[in-house]
Amino acid sequence: MRAREHGPPSEGEVRLLASLTSGGPGFYALLGLLLGLIAWGIIAYSLQLRYGLGVTGLRDSMMWGVYITNFVFFIGVSHVGALMSAILRITGAEWRRPITRMAEAITFASLLMGALMPVVDMGRPERLLNLVLHGRLQSPILWDILSIATYLTGSTLFLYVPMIPDIALLRDHFADGPAWRRRLYTVLALGWRGTKAQRRYLEAIMGVMAVLIIPIAVSVHTVVSWIFAMTLRAGWNSTIFGPYFVSGALFSGAAAVVTAMAAFRWAYHLEDYITESHFRRMGYLVIALGMIYGYFTFAEYLTPAYKMALHERGYLMAVFAGTFSRLFWFTQVVGVLLPILLLTLPRISWVPRLQRIPLLQPRPVLAATAASAALLLATSVAGSSTAALGEVATARTVLVWLVAAMGGWSFLALLPVFHRRPITTAFVASVLVNVGAWAKRYVIIVPTLQNPFLPIQNAPPVWRTYKPTWVEWSITAAALAGFLLIYILFSKLFPIVSIWETREAASEPRTPVREEAPDAQAM
Amino acid sequence: MRLSRRAFLKFLTALGGAAAFPAGLNLLTRRKGIPALAADGSPTGRLLQLDRVPAGPGSVALAAPAEPPERPSPGPAQRRWVMVIDLARCDGCRACTEACSAMHFVPPGQEWIKVYTMRDNPAADPYWFPRPCMQCDNPPCVKVCPVSATWKRGDGIVIQDTSRCIGCRFCIAACPYSARYFNWVEPPHTPEELSRPYSPDWNYPHRKGVTEKCIFCPGLVKEGKLPACVQACPMGAIYFGDQAEDAVTNSQGETVRFSELVGKNAGSRFLEELGTEPRVYYLPPRNRVYAPPPEPAATEGGHR
Repeated sequence: MRAREHGPPSEGEVRLLASLTSGGPGFYALLGLLLGLIAWGIIAYSLQLRYGLGVTGLRDSMMWGVYITNFVFFIGVSHVGALMSAILRITGAEWRRPITRMAEAITFASLLMGALMPVVDMGRPERLLNLVLHGRLQSPILWDILSIATYLTGSTLFLYVPMIPDIALLRDHFADGPAWRRRLYTVLALGWRGTKAQRRYLEAIMGVMAVLIIPIAVSVHTVVSWIFAMTLRAGWNSTIFGPYFVSGALFSGAAAVVTAMAAFRWAYHLEDYITESHFRRMGYLVIALGMIYGYFTFAEYLTPAYKMALHERGYLMAVFAGTFSRLFWFTQVVGVLLPILLLTLPRISWVPRLQRIPLLQPRPVLAATAASAALLLATSVAGSSTAALGEVATARTVLVWLVAAMGGWSFLALLPVFHRRPITTAFVASVLVNVGAWAKRYVIIVPTLQNPFLPIQNAPPVWRTYKPTWVEWSITAAALAGFLLIYILFSKLFPIVSIWETREAASEPRTPVREEAPDAQAM
Repeated sequence: MRLSRRAFLKFLTALGGAAAFPAGLNLLTRRKGIPALAADGSPTGRLLQLDRVPAGPGSVALAAPAEPPERPSPGPAQRRWVMVIDLARCDGCRACTEACSAMHFVPPGQEWIKVYTMRDNPAADPYWFPRPCMQCDNPPCVKVCPVSATWKRGDGIVIQDTSRCIGCRFCIAACPYSARYFNWVEPPHTPEELSRPYSPDWNYPHRKGVTEKCIFCPGLVKEGKLPACVQACPMGAIYFGDQAEDAVTNSQGETVRFSELVGKNAGSRFLEELGTEPRVYYLPPRNRVYAPPPEPAATEGGHR
C-alpha cells in the first residue's frame, strides 16, 4: 500500500502531470491577454496616482465604489478554501479529495487580489506604513488587516503543507523539466521521503489547521462586513451583516470552485478525477448555501422594509423600485434563484419529456426570442431620437414584456438541453452566481451612499450619482486578470489535483459510503 | 488526525504568542505618542473638573481618545467649545460658507459649513439649515480612523491631521452629517495658502488624497477671535463660546448665557437619536423674520 502511495505515476496521473508542461497556443494566448489586461490596469492606476482619485467616479457623497466592491467580492470568494478543505475534511467527505487543492488555490489567489483593492482605493497609498506605525485597534480597518493577514498565512500553509508529498513526487519523477523547476521542487519538498514520522506530522498539522481555519475564515468576512455595519448609515447599520456576508461568501466561493472544476476538467482533461458526481455533490452544496444566503437576504431586507422608517426609506426605495432596482432584482433572480434552479434540473425526471412538446423546440424558440430582442434594440435606437413620442414608449413597454415572455419560453425550451448536459449547466449556474455576487456587493455599497442622512444639495448633478469611470473598470479587469493569472500559473507549477490524497482514497481498505451513481466508482 | 496533548498545548501557546503580537505592537506605538483611552476625554486620563458645567445628560463618557500631548494641536483642556445656531435668524445668505472658504482656502467643491434647505414634514415650511462639523462628543469618525489622523481634543474639537491621513475615507463613510470632504485631486494653491507651515489648527496648506473638515477655527480662537463663519454672519445667527464659561457670543457682539439660550429656547441637536452627542445646538426656526427658502427638490437624495 505504501509503495502505491509513493510509487511512479499511473496512467491518469501521467495525464495530470502533463498539464504542468504542455501549453498549447490557447494557453499562451490566454497568458498574453491576461498580461495585457494587467498592464492596462497598471497604466490606469498610475494615472490615478498622478492625478488623484478624481479620475474615478467617486465623490464626497459616494466615497466608496467599485474598488471596495471588488474587495468584498474577492474576500468572499476566498472563503471556498476553508469550506472545501476544512469543513469537508472534518466531516469526512471523501469525495472532496480531488478538488480541495483547486479550492485552496482559489483562496490564495483571491485573498491576494482582495487585499490589494483597499490599497488601490487609498488616497495616500505611500502612507500605508502608518497603519503599522500609528495603527489603532478601535478601527475595523485594523481588524480587517489582522484577520485577512491571519487567513492568508493560514490558508497558504493549508495549501502548501498537503502539497509537500506531491512536490516530492514531482522531484523524484519529473526529471525532464527545466533545472529551475527541479531546484524549486527540491527546496519546497522539504526533504519529504514519506516516512511514518513525516506522515504523522503532516496529519497532525492538517488536523489542527482544519479546525483553526474555520473560525479564522468566519472572522474574515465578518469583519469585512463590519466595515459597513459599524457605521450609522441606513442599509449598513445592521446586526446580521456578519453572518449575512459569511453566507454570501460561502455561496460565491462554492460556485467559484464549480467554475474551476469545469474549466480544469476541460482544459487539462481531468475526467478521471473530476467526475459528474463531483458536480452533483458540489451542486447540492451550492443549492444549500444559496438557500441560506437567500434566507439571509430576505431577513435583511424585510425587517426594515416592513417598517419603512424615515432614514431607511430612501435606500430601500432605490433598491426595490428606484435606480438600483434592476440590478437588485438581477442579483436575486439571475444570481440566486436561477442557479439554484439550474443545479436542481438534472435531478428532475420529467424534464426530458418537455422535448416532445412541439411548441418547446429549442431552435425556433431561440430564433423568435432573438428576433424580438433585436426588435426591442431597434426601437430603443429609434426611440432615443424621437423620445417625446408617447406611442413609442408604450410600444417599447409592450416589447419589453414580450422579450421577457420570450426569455421565459426559451428557458423552458432549453430545460431538456440543460438536463442532458449537467456539467455545462453547473458551469453556467456557477458563473451566474459569481456575476450576481459581484453585483450584489455593489448594491450593498452604492445605494446606501446615495441616500445619506442629509440630502445631497448644492452639488453638481454628476456628484449625486455614482458612475464608475474607465479607470475603475480597467483596474477591476486587471484585478480579475491578476487572479486568473496567479491561479493558472499555480496550476502550471503544481498538480491542480492532489495526487497522494487521491491515491490514498483509492487504496483505502474501507470503502467509503457512496451512492449508487456508477460514475462515483470511477475516481 | 492523531495529535498528542503536548503538541496541541504547544501549538496553543504559539498561537497565543501570535495573537499577542499586534497588541504588543500597539503598546509600543502608544508609548511613542498614541494616547490611551481616557474616560472623560482629558489627555492625562484624570477626570476633568469643569465646575460650571452642570453634570447630567450633557456630560457624556467619551469612547474617543484624547489628543496626545506631543501632537501639534493639543487645545486648552479647560475649555469646552460650543456653537449655537439660531435657525429663526438664518436667511440662507451663505456668508458663513464664503467666509469659511476664504479663511481656510477651502478647496473647490467643499463647504465646511454648508447651508441646506430642510423641511421636517409636508405641513411645515422649509427653513435654512447651516451645518458645520458637529464636533461630536461621541464622534463616529474618530472611532473608525485607523491611524489617529483625526482625534478629539480636550476642548471638544474634533481635529484632523492631513499629514497623517492615509485617505481611506472611512471617516467620511462614518459621519452621519456629511461634514467630511476629500481632496479628490490636487487642490489649487495660492501664495497666501502656502505661506503658513502646515498645522492642524489652520488645516492648510491643503493636499491631495486626504480628508478635510470644519475644525471650529482653533487658530482664530487661540487669538481670542470668533470662528470665521460666526464673525461673518450678518444676522448674528451663529453663537460661539465656551460651555465651561457658560457664555456664547455672536457677530453682533451679543454675549449670552449658553444654558439660558439653549435651555429657554428649546435648543436641540441634529440627529440626536444617533447618540453622537454633537457640540452644535440649534434653536428652532419659529417666528422667522425672513422668507422661507423654496421647497427642496425631492429628487436630491437624502431622507428629508
